[in-house]
Amino acid sequence: MSSNTPKRILIAKPGLDGHDRGAKVVARGLRDAGFEVIYTGIRQTPEMIVQAAVQEDVDAIGLSILSGAHLDLFPTIVTGLKKAGLEDVKIFAGGIIPKQDYEELEALGIKGIFGPGTSLGDIVSYVNEI
Amino acid sequence: MENPKSKKEWIDNVWRPAVEKRKERDISFSTTSDIDIEPIYGPEDLQDSSETDDIGYPAQYPYTRGVQPTMYRGRLWTMRQYSGFASAEETNTRYRYLLDQGQTGLSMAFDLPTQTGYDSDHPIALGEVGKVGVPISHMEDMEIVFNNIDLSKVSTSMTINSTASILLAYYIAVAKKQGVPAKDLRGTVQNDLLKEYVARGTYIYPPKPSMRLITDLFEYCASETPNWNTISISGYHMREAGCTAVQEIAFTISHAIAYVEAAIAAGLEVDDFAPQLAFFFVAQSDLLEEVAKFRAARRLWAKIMVERFGSKNPKSQTLRFHTQTAGVTLTAQQVDNNVVRSTLQALSAVLGGTQSLHVNSKDEALSLPTEEAVTVSLRTQQILAHESGITNSIDPLAGSYLIENLTNQLEQEAKKYIEQIDSLGGAVVAIEQGFQQREINEAAYQMQLEIEAGSRLVVGVNAFQSKEEPPIEIFRIDPKESEKQIARLQRMKSSRDQSKVETALNNLSQVAKSDQNTMPAIIECVEALATTGEICDVLREIFGIQKEMVVF
Repeated sequence: MSSNTPKRILIAKPGLDGHDRGAKVVARGLRDAGFEVIYTGIRQTPEMIVQAAVQEDVDAIGLSILSGAHLDLFPTIVTGLKKAGLEDVKIFAGGIIPKQDYEELEALGIKGIFGPGTSLGDIVSYVNEI
Repeated sequence: MENPKSKKEWIDNVWRPAVEKRKERDISFSTTSDIDIEPIYGPEDLQDSSETDDIGYPAQYPYTRGVQPTMYRGRLWTMRQYSGFASAEETNTRYRYLLDQGQTGLSMAFDLPTQTGYDSDHPIALGEVGKVGVPISHMEDMEIVFNNIDLSKVSTSMTINSTASILLAYYIAVAKKQGVPAKDLRGTVQNDLLKEYVARGTYIYPPKPSMRLITDLFEYCASETPNWNTISISGYHMREAGCTAVQEIAFTISHAIAYVEAAIAAGLEVDDFAPQLAFFFVAQSDLLEEVAKFRAARRLWAKIMVERFGSKNPKSQTLRFHTQTAGVTLTAQQVDNNVVRSTLQALSAVLGGTQSLHVNSKDEALSLPTEEAVTVSLRTQQILAHESGITNSIDPLAGSYLIENLTNQLEQEAKKYIEQIDSLGGAVVAIEQGFQQREINEAAYQMQLEIEAGSRLVVGVNAFQSKEEPPIEIFRIDPKESEKQIARLQRMKSSRDQSKVETALNNLSQVAKSDQNTMPAIIECVEALATTGEICDVLREIFGIQKEMVVF
């Protein structure tokens, strides 16, 4: 890390699905790797996630979703962050996201997409480099 | 040298010298619950820790060997592939296809708005309508799902919890329209909110009113739908969230204890409602531990019903369960391997004496399954049933030194956990303190660390990877289906008799505030064409909503 203050990471669960195993494991893995981690809990609307990002002054947001609603919800989150002046906050994502959707998400600026089977080490190095 | 006369002699004289010459592989020989597995088991392992009575015979207390006298020689397990997606019409088509292919029961998946009490046109439902299951916002949706399916012939399991009373009300009302009396309906509502607070997350109300809705349903069904399972007390989702086999048994049974206590506190007699309780477990990858798990759970439940609740009716003491293979073991890498994983898991369920089974499809780490993938899952069940030979004799692994020893150990370890939960004040209090949640998080994180360290191998993921993988066709929900769904909802709302809806909803509100049973009022609401969201809004106002206790 470039400075002594650890990066602040928001792990958020947009949509209505309650599958939080991945989100919690990543949250804990990042915390154990030295980051400050805030986890929102499940069933967050895009507005709630933007608000949490503003309040917590985060450097990056990890979005975890397994319901298949990512293409509907992620754009709203990205727009909301821009409106709130947080265009510099990096977004990464995980859950059940088909490869076919990566291009559309990357166009939104969501460049780190971590599917099933990803190692925590990969996510930690990604977050280290942002 | 003479042949060894005991396990100890064999260990000392044969095994130990062999290991001294050539070391065993450097791995931990243990189950997911951290039970050490010995190189061999022998008669000593039965005599030491087991009473012959604990093994017993099928259909005899304590039911270790199964709940029915004929098991699969009499009737095979119900082959039930969990499905539902896009819209009522698409779901109806898939159900009729599955029944045509030889499936013997239906298993309904609902979309998340339906599961959390919102209509398809609610803003929070954006992007979620029809994604993980069928949307049911009103009576007409349910009628379309069962169009040309005779509800007197099929049994239907519904994975529905917070809104279970409402979905059961739709089902009863559709049956009535088909001319099928409620008493002939066969099926299950999951209706298990405690595990939703722990792991699955589709709760709406706080635990107390949730328990009331659950016991109202028990009471109503005891007299009106005697062939309906009023709850499916589920370990599946807690195990998927990360817990071990021992924790799966313990948490599930401690939840079951809480439901029985709540029903008794509501004035019901244990043997009046307990025959309608059903269970739901995962079939995970450690085959022998899973077989032992099913057997241990059956025995533990029988003893609890008799010793703790004084049950006299054998039907209350028999743990009948549905099984699903483990979604969490499906890999996005080398997806064909998932067919093999799911087959082995399904094998454990059948060897463990399951009453019904869902086999996951190979593509489910990527999306909902394609029709082709689901067909392979159903064929997997049919191959196990008709080709493998394992259905010929009941509880075929009984008497295996290892299986019986492991069954005993799992029972004992689970019992300790249940005692711990009892000492916290029972399952509901434990949930409020985050006990189960923390245990699950811990186990899930430890497992991930083992995968990271390579001490646990996952084929195709952290070992034996392939460089190039062929792209696979995935299933997509057509967004037009949710537009049609929303249009039908709005059309229905503008043409229904609004005063009838309001009368029914007002009545429900009065009933919910009193201590009367809510089921008849909910049935009145759905027949008056009130929507799922409207009914839940009434109850949300009276019962309040549950906020998540974030534990990680």
